[in-house]
Amino acid sequence: MAEMLYQRDVYGKALVELGKKNKDIVVFDADLSGSTRTSFFAKEFPERFFNFGVAEQNMMAAATGLASCGKTVFVSTFAIFAAGRAWDQVRNSVAYSGYNVKIVATHAGISVGPDGASHQALEDIALMQAIPKMNIIVPCDGPQTREAVIACIDIKGAFYIRLGRPKVPTVENKGKFEFGKAQVITKGDDVTIIACGIMVNEALAAAENLAKNGIKVRVINVHTIRPLDNDTILKAACETRGIVICEEHTVIGGLASSVQEVVAENNPVKVLCLGIKNRFGQSGSPSELLKEYNLTSFDIEEAVKKVIS
Amino acid sequence: MVEEKDIKHLEEKAKQIRRLIIEMLAKAGSGHPGGSLSATDLITALYFSVLKHNSKDPKWPDRDRFHMSKGHCCPLWYAVLAESGYFSVDELWTLRQLGSILQGHPDRRTPGIDVASGSLGQGLSVSLGMSLAAKLDKKDYRVYCLLGDGEIQEGNVWEAAMACAHFKSDNICAILDYNGFQIDGKVCEVMNLEPVAAKWKAFGWHTMEIDGHNMKEILSAFDEAKKVKGKPSIIIAHTVKGKGVTFMENVCDFHGRAPTKDEAEKALKELE
Ligand SMILES: Cc1ncc(C[n+]2csc(CCOP(=O)(O)OP(=O)(O)O)c2C)c(N)n1
Repeated sequence: MAEMLYQRDVYGKALVELGKKNKDIVVFDADLSGSTRTSFFAKEFPERFFNFGVAEQNMMAAATGLASCGKTVFVSTFAIFAAGRAWDQVRNSVAYSGYNVKIVATHAGISVGPDGASHQALEDIALMQAIPKMNIIVPCDGPQTREAVIACIDIKGAFYIRLGRPKVPTVENKGKFEFGKAQVITKGDDVTIIACGIMVNEALAAAENLAKNGIKVRVINVHTIRPLDNDTILKAACETRGIVICEEHTVIGGLASSVQEVVAENNPVKVLCLGIKNRFGQSGSPSELLKEYNLTSFDIEEAVKKVIS
Repeated sequence: MVEEKDIKHLEEKAKQIRRLIIEMLAKAGSGHPGGSLSATDLITALYFSVLKHNSKDPKWPDRDRFHMSKGHCCPLWYAVLAESGYFSVDELWTLRQLGSILQGHPDRRTPGIDVASGSLGQGLSVSLGMSLAAKLDKKDYRVYCLLGDGEIQEGNVWEAAMACAHFKSDNICAILDYNGFQIDGKVCEVMNLEPVAAKWKAFGWHTMEIDGHNMKEILSAFDEAKKVKGKPSIIIAHTVKGKGVTFMENVCDFHGRAPTKDEAEKALKELE
């Protein structure tokens, strides 16, 4: 059994680790520090942690001011509030001025579960991608969360790192993390599955089953949505018969849209997208919801079969 | 004590800034004169008598920060920056042109500007971030922030107001340009703010009210703010929109309309 980790736990611990080495790291939260795990940092470095209360807009613009004075500011809250409520502040203050503000948003996607639609950010990647210069990472598991958090510190500018709520299995054998470089996890020349976040694990399960039927699938983890690794995607488009894209996000403006753009412009192949299609989320357990929104490994298998039929 | 000749000097400087604003806007053919002119005395006093800064070293870490939250009034900001030596006055004639370092609303390509603005309501938050940096680094620089009266209808401003008081940001001095007008008319008719001073006071701010065109009052308010401990200060400056050019004063149209060539000539005559 794969190790199960909360990405948020890993994030909280990584912040503490980094905070010890780097005195210029400051952390902001908006009354969700227990859930986002910035509370770990708050406990260790109370003088470098600021709770803004339920005021995300103020928090984002303040992060810009602080970062303009040379600090690296990690800003956390739920994805729906980071990307949605404070979008104008993220666009006009954070991204436009381009200082080291690293937004780490938790509770993204349908897998938030019982809290329901108001708390399930299904359009946050789209909102962030629409903003020029915004770097976007969607780590697929716990260890990758740590790697992403470490990587973003050394790269100048604004970041959006998207984390989920539930524990997620650690994806084995995915190689080392390199910002902007997609990870080819399984080799295969029949069909490509491109996924991010928790969908990577579903994709791997699908690939395993398909292999039993003699279908060889190439699974690619596109953890960095911007800048997108066009080369790895186009190589797959050339070498396989079609692509299935899976994301726990609306199919508009996220991973699916970006991959399709690259493929359509350079090497059109058959593409099928699994994601949220013109629907709000709803309450349920994460696994029930993945089923309800056709985001399980079974759905992926069906899509792969369709692509090669 | 400020001397009479310093006041005279600042008044002359303010007149020069107003001239630059008019010329710049007439040349650009668009932009916002009303709120630039109403805040001219305040920001002139700030840049030429109060602010610790060095135009030859715009990134000097210990400099006082100024942020213009009401970004549409950047002609005023550009004029004081040029007059302070951050860039040549000739740059002003490129305002709003393609490739100019002087964009229609402020951004980082202008020497002396640290953070973009233009979307109203965010600047006090930006200033709060700068003030937190000063405290973290144990530096004694101060942070000044210019707000518009229409602007403070934005909810974000009050989130920031609450937070500045909560974090005891006594290195912040906000300046409210209370000219009584916004785009669609009088502030009291569009969305009444009164009682303004009581609101800031209730949010935990040291609150001062002055005539925003009286240099003596302006300087002494900045001075008073420096002495306040444990809370942020706000100068509520009663001003006249379009101040200094009679036909623009209290005329809503000149919020966001540049003077024509003829109007500019007439305005410059009055500002001689
Ligand atoms: C968030 C936002 N909403 C609307 C505008 C458009 N806008 C520009 S100036 C302005 C009125 C501002 O009034 P005030 O703050 O009183 O400015 P002043 O009179 O000092 O020029 C508006 C609504 C904007 N720039 N930002």
